[in-house]
Amino acid sequence: MKKKVLVIGGGIAGIEASAFLSNMGFDVTLVEKEEKVGGHLNNWEKLFPTMRYGSEVLDFLKQGLNGKVKVLTSSELEKIERIEDQRFDISISSGLNETADAILVTTGYELFDARKKEEYGYGIYENVITSADLEGYFNSNREVRTSGGKIPERIGFVHCVGSRDEKVGNVYCSKVCCVTAVKQSIEIKQKYPDCEVFCFYMDLRMYGMHFEHLFKEAQEKYGVQFIRGRLSEAFENQDKSVLIKVEDTLLNRPLKMSVDLLVLMVGFVPAQGTLKIGRMLGLENGINGFFKTRDQHTLTNVSNVQGVFFAGCCTSPKTITNTITDARAAASTIAAYLLNCEIDKRTVNTRK
Amino acid sequence: MKFGFEILKDRQIDFDKLDRSFSFYLRESEPSFRLCIFCGTCASGCSAAKFDNFSLKNVFLLINRGFTEQATDEIKKCWLCGKCVLSCPRGVNTRQLILKIMQKTDNK
Repeated sequence: MKKKVLVIGGGIAGIEASAFLSNMGFDVTLVEKEEKVGGHLNNWEKLFPTMRYGSEVLDFLKQGLNGKVKVLTSSELEKIERIEDQRFDISISSGLNETADAILVTTGYELFDARKKEEYGYGIYENVITSADLEGYFNSNREVRTSGGKIPERIGFVHCVGSRDEKVGNVYCSKVCCVTAVKQSIEIKQKYPDCEVFCFYMDLRMYGMHFEHLFKEAQEKYGVQFIRGRLSEAFENQDKSVLIKVEDTLLNRPLKMSVDLLVLMVGFVPAQGTLKIGRMLGLENGINGFFKTRDQHTLTNVSNVQGVFFAGCCTSPKTITNTITDARAAASTIAAYLLNCEIDKRTVNTRK
Repeated sequence: MKFGFEILKDRQIDFDKLDRSFSFYLRESEPSFRLCIFCGTCASGCSAAKFDNFSLKNVFLLINRGFTEQATDEIKKCWLCGKCVLSCPRGVNTRQLILKIMQKTDNK
């Protein structure tokens, strides 16, 4: 009999892992709570570092699902129970019941709620938006305008909003926001060449293979300017532009500047679905609220519960490239488990 | 009569009121000026900095913030040895920039 795998979450990781597992000959059911699969990628127009369309990547991934995977959209898990030692009984909101020999959790992330960083004024000042809002303009082909309908003449990007910030409880780096700011500032300059763009950062983490190149292009070709310093607060001027306060940490002097539009680069937080599934399955959380993997170096797709595996951003913030790779890694880890391969029996020994 | 008190000068950089025209001029006439990431490699190997309180990185920053007067004074400390051109990891043509800044100094 074909072994069955349940994949929870139809984002990038869920789609790619389902595709690989089904092609390997397993019986795969993919459960997605939204109306369509693709997760956050549906909301993103172009991707760093190549500026290619997100939809191209999504189309590629979806080819893998072609008829082989049972995809249940607008569906949520109601109950998961272990029936035998190595099998699970699953109830889905549509009234469906399934069994599974292994479960892959790909519940992903949510974007940090910028209103929690109240001093930056998101939801209070009209001209403070998030990186996701800005991408929404690009994705729906709307012109970027201030609340007063004017083409912005100066835009500020604020890095690390909700990341590396103990005050909001998130001490980790979200990994993608630095280069997203660079990408979006280039797009702004392409659309509105007369607009001045400033990025406010504490570190620029251009770790990816082509990120540094993109960063250099933003400076050289597009004249984007980078000021090292983290915003303390933002205010609203009478004309509704935003007055920001920052230290120019290289000159050791406080600086104030008015911008027509302030873009907050929001980080990743564990999704509500991640928390919910975690409780249902008894999965351990790490220090940052993301799932804790069995080992940080070697068993990165394995959970503390036998037969339950992880892929994608439910264990840590990841780029799309990293997520796809992680999904394939999870697929082979699950295959090794279900086929009872020797390699699945390895353990990590800690030296004293 | 003085009582030992005076009004403190505002240290805050008011970006909206700065005259950044010289910065714009440098960005246009020597585009590699845009590439500076203010890492300080130029200053760390600087011959003049061993003897003088001089940092090319700071001169660039001052120009970007509209403190042209200060920058054109500072640049006088440069010996034009050219070590910073060799060391800059971003390929900024520091020599060309220094000469342009010195020109501005001469025209004062």
